[in-house]
Amino acid sequence: MIEAEGQYREWMLAGLAGDTGAYRKLLAALGGHLRAYFARRVGPSAAEDLVQETLIAMHSRRATYEPSQPLTAWVYGIARYKLIDEYRRTRRRASVPLDEAPDLFAADAVESAGAKRDVEKLMATLPEGKRALVRAIKLDGASVAEAAAASGLSESAVKVTVHRAIKSLGEDVTRDEGRGDEH
Amino acid sequence: MNTDQLIALLSDDLAPVRRGVVLRWLLAGLAAGLLLAVLDMMMMLKPRPDLVAAMAGGPFWMKISYTAALTILGLVIVQRQARAGADSRIPLYALGAPVVALIVLAAVQLSAPQADSAALLMGQTWSVCPWLILGLALPVYAGLMLALRRLAPTRLSLAGAAAGLVAGASAATVYGFHCPEVAAPFILVWYTLGIAMAAGLGSLGGPHFLRW
Repeated sequence: MIEAEGQYREWMLAGLAGDTGAYRKLLAALGGHLRAYFARRVGPSAAEDLVQETLIAMHSRRATYEPSQPLTAWVYGIARYKLIDEYRRTRRRASVPLDEAPDLFAADAVESAGAKRDVEKLMATLPEGKRALVRAIKLDGASVAEAAAASGLSESAVKVTVHRAIKSLGEDVTRDEGRGDEH
Repeated sequence: MNTDQLIALLSDDLAPVRRGVVLRWLLAGLAAGLLLAVLDMMMMLKPRPDLVAAMAGGPFWMKISYTAALTILGLVIVQRQARAGADSRIPLYALGAPVVALIVLAAVQLSAPQADSAALLMGQTWSVCPWLILGLALPVYAGLMLALRRLAPTRLSLAGAAAGLVAGASAATVYGFHCPEVAAPFILVWYTLGIAMAAGLGSLGGPHFLRW
């Protein structure tokens, strides 16, 4: 994930200089990587707490990042530390490899590709108009205002439409899982 | 709170940070601790009476170079351990260099024709030397640990050991101005023992003091 490293490092340096937008992008991107990393190790429910703890830790100690160091290694160092802390709290094994830093970034790409496939399948069940809105906002990261301008709907109409679409997607997922259980 | 809200919150809290924070904090902690160690040495132990004469000779500087080299390498390790995910293997291996150099020097002195091995090894002060070094190391260790608490150590035992190493080696340097011993075998055994004790105890303190 050389490209990601370069991009993230750029955002981090901009963030250290006070660029809120770049910093927000960095935290959001790292949040995704961290979620996948922790979920594989402690399960999805404990993972979200660890993601937040790690983001807070990164934020409060961000001055310790030296630009000469790979950002990946720094983030992984903190994530690993928080994971060991979690193991200690829950009395599980406390040995976490020191050199999985590349894994932190690589594995997320794989999982999000898988997640994307599932999302595409579900999206196909939505009517065309709703699908475009959900795609713009939830997948491509457009703001509600941008999506509203593009579709000609009012902002609150966009919000309601997307909300309902997501809800019906959620119901589809639950139905799918229910069917899976019967087999 | 969901993670997106948290990210928004953290981004809003963003203020530009100054560069070089790690080194600044560590040097501040080191300087404060070292000041106390020097005062301790001056007040309680007193510099050796013949210090000026000794400072003209090579053996004194050999001793100071050894402890100063360990201090500097230790500092490199500490400042890496103060940053999450930084690798300290190279400076760790490099610690071998001054030790090996002193071993060679000690072997040369011990194998000289009329060498008095017992005197070269035990000197006059072996029974107090490591303990006094350990005592002088205490304020330096405290200063470094206070600095590390504000930074991002993620391997707490190693970070503590490195702080103990810097504390022990810098305390040994200070102690060198009091201690009359300059024989390489003595320094190798007793100074190194004092420094190693500081590093060992330092590593025990790491997980205890550095949790964040």
